[in-house]
Amino acid sequence: MPKVTVDGQEIEVPAGATVLQACELAGKEIPRFCYHERLSIAGNCRMCLVEVKPGPPKPQASCALPATEGQEIRTDSEMVKTAREGVMEFLLINHPLDCPICDQGGECDLQDQSVAYGRGASRYHENKRAVTSKNMGPLIKTIMTRCIHCTRCVRFSEEIAGVDEIGALYRGEDMQITTYLEQAAKHELSANVIDLCPVGALTSRPYAYEARPWELKKTLGIDVSDAVGSNIRIDSRGREVLRVLPRINDDVNEEWISDKARYQVDGLTRRRLDKVWIRKPKGPKGKLVQASWEEAFKKIAAAKPGKSIAAVAGDMLDCETMFAAKALLKASGSSLIESRQTGMDYDVSNLAAVNFNSGFSGIEEADAILIVGSNVRWEAPLVNVRLRKAAKRGAKVFIVGPEWEPTYPATFIGQDVSVLSKLPAEVTDALKAAEKPAIILGGGGFAAGAHAASVKIAHDFNMVRDGWNGFNALHMAAARMGALMLGFAQDGGIADIVKAKPKVLLALGADEVDFTRFEDSLKVYIGHHGDKGAHAADIILPASAFTEKPGTYVNTEGRVQRGDKAVFAPGDAREDWTILRALADALGVNVGFDSFHELRDAMYADAPALAIEGEVTDYGALAKSVKGNAAPKGTIPAPIKDFYLTNPIARASAVMQQCSNELLLGETLAEAAE
Amino acid sequence: MAARHIAPDTPELRERWGSFAFTPENKAQADKHIAKYPEGRQKSATMPLLDLAQRQVGAETDTQGWLPLPVIEYVAAYLDQPVIRVLEVATFYTMYNLEPVGKFHVQVCGTTPCMLRGSDDIIAACKKRGMKPGHISEDGLWSFTEVECMGNCATAPMVQINDDNYEDLTAERLDAVLDALAKGETPKTGTQEPGRHTSEPANALSNLKEMVDENHDYRSEW
Repeated sequence: MPKVTVDGQEIEVPAGATVLQACELAGKEIPRFCYHERLSIAGNCRMCLVEVKPGPPKPQASCALPATEGQEIRTDSEMVKTAREGVMEFLLINHPLDCPICDQGGECDLQDQSVAYGRGASRYHENKRAVTSKNMGPLIKTIMTRCIHCTRCVRFSEEIAGVDEIGALYRGEDMQITTYLEQAAKHELSANVIDLCPVGALTSRPYAYEARPWELKKTLGIDVSDAVGSNIRIDSRGREVLRVLPRINDDVNEEWISDKARYQVDGLTRRRLDKVWIRKPKGPKGKLVQASWEEAFKKIAAAKPGKSIAAVAGDMLDCETMFAAKALLKASGSSLIESRQTGMDYDVSNLAAVNFNSGFSGIEEADAILIVGSNVRWEAPLVNVRLRKAAKRGAKVFIVGPEWEPTYPATFIGQDVSVLSKLPAEVTDALKAAEKPAIILGGGGFAAGAHAASVKIAHDFNMVRDGWNGFNALHMAAARMGALMLGFAQDGGIADIVKAKPKVLLALGADEVDFTRFEDSLKVYIGHHGDKGAHAADIILPASAFTEKPGTYVNTEGRVQRGDKAVFAPGDAREDWTILRALADALGVNVGFDSFHELRDAMYADAPALAIEGEVTDYGALAKSVKGNAAPKGTIPAPIKDFYLTNPIARASAVMQQCSNELLLGETLAEAAE
Repeated sequence: MAARHIAPDTPELRERWGSFAFTPENKAQADKHIAKYPEGRQKSATMPLLDLAQRQVGAETDTQGWLPLPVIEYVAAYLDQPVIRVLEVATFYTMYNLEPVGKFHVQVCGTTPCMLRGSDDIIAACKKRGMKPGHISEDGLWSFTEVECMGNCATAPMVQINDDNYEDLTAERLDAVLDALAKGETPKTGTQEPGRHTSEPANALSNLKEMVDENHDYRSEW
């Protein structure tokens, strides 16, 4: 723990800290462009110069200088001031003065720091350098003349994303940042370089020229495009969500989000359900006709469901909506609630057996990982970042299931799930030798019935030990863990509900259900997008998307998080719980709450863990065994066919469609032609 | 330097170089370079391999050689590296030619000491033969680049032609060298000053006189 003096203030800094970190600990602001906490140190922008004694009598780059005992650091001396001014002047020599037409304006590091640390004017009278802009695909817009060569984007793609997509060609003044042959950046996290870029060289293409940052209302939200529960900031203007940015949460998403989370939001204004619709006549031949709320409620009441009512929850629902539905069904005397839309029926009696117990930050420490049926890169890109960190630390990774391209060394040990009952020696040896062995059971693994076998492996290899729980279920639906905590699961999965032949089926944003199995039921779709669920519905009640209602979400590691309402839902659409509350009146039952506040209180009474925000829920010990075949057979399916089109919002999004066409389909087409 | 850019990726380029592979001799050389480094650190051999590839292209085209994109991709695959990382190296160092060059790549130093000693005349002499930056002369013999200091200031002005330096030049001496090269002869490399061997003082010693016979410690005189 070296002691250093920063501007006369003596502080103790952790061993291995840099001078820049020491200055920050002392509360001093150090300007920087190339330095980033989560990337390697480059030391090429020279903006973080400070004066350090002992040392050469010249300013030193604090980001790359280790703090040592007895250093005297000055950040306020004349030397530092002129050094910063000098660096700033050099950086601006070739930087165009196009701030008025630059999308970074208002949130630009260069702009801010030039105001704070720069000279008033430039002494440079020569021509500025001009650089051709590069194609980086449908998400990243480049204006490379603005680039100041900090190489954050290069380091991100190499170190965090794990794909060497971006590089710096040529040298010196002629250095140019580009992808190889200007191919599109294809990684699922590629758009994070937009946030990393300290200037306006890499900006968001879909958001180009849309708004200025100071015009936007910022709302804290939770991403629902996967089960990671990334913390996001929803930027909206008026009634429209213009963009989504990541928030820093070291336990969940660090400071990245997937491209889908970032860019699916343009789908929130397309294909929206903003009116009540009733299918007349009922059945597949009928046509949807616009109607009023009263008509719709009357029609549902006329079906006289009584106890014969069921609810299926979709993948992006908040806990409040699900609880409201549960309360409605309970008041009607029914318990037919299910959330696993595609018909999975794994055992949920022990929630620890369906939870990501290691936690996202915990899995980084694992030293042997067996992935069962999960394309982690597509199912949870941010978990893949953690796995990459684990692999970089030396963890051995084995994958059962369809092959995909991990961004770290990993061994594929077969597509057939039967391999779990006779694991190859290299896997068993690695798991036995590991101090923190882990298994990750993904969507494909659940679908192939590998749940019981995975729990058995967890126990066989003693993965639950002191201070470590290595059993991890990786879900794909943002609503899954919340739904399971609220009991949205039947023993036999959705088949139980089919068997019960409910008179009324409430599909709460459920788009992946096979509705042909519910031909006799009155299918009421309560959701926000005209997707598969709405096509099959008899009555459509327009509801809110995740940006249009406050909500509680539980991510796949059991972390309870809350998002706020950013904008109002369009047209006649209402917040989901109000629809269910009104439906309770129409059906003549009492759900026991009249306000959102009362609803939440009732929900907390039902599932107390949901009241503890930000924390990982304790589901108790992992069950010794779960129901199911411990020696399953069959090929593991790949549940995600197209990363960019996994949910109704993304399917309605023009940007996601474009990504799918250009980044995924374009690739397969080109390969087929070769 | 600003003139440097990668040759366009065209179907013709792919067709000509797509099937590039090291000759058995070069392959042996390449593996020898890779073997110098610990296992898994084969990317350290990027530079010698690019050089080998460039020389092989040169041998195939009877020029100094250059690095077409498919060849860079081949080297990247050979080293199990992402192409962009190898391309970064190839574009950084000016000794890798990114575009076709002639049989003789004349690199004239135009930095201050050479300029003071008459590099302008050298450049003019080159231009007279039809050399201009970024082009191959019509007879396919010459490519021309004006470069920064090559470290031969004591024998300025100088040019580097392919692997050899020619120093102490005048326009006439350069002409003699170039004529000889064009005829397929091998002119004397190094200094062209009669009587001079390498970069020893051209005239009488003007300083460090005590060092002629034995080592001398000058520090007390500073």
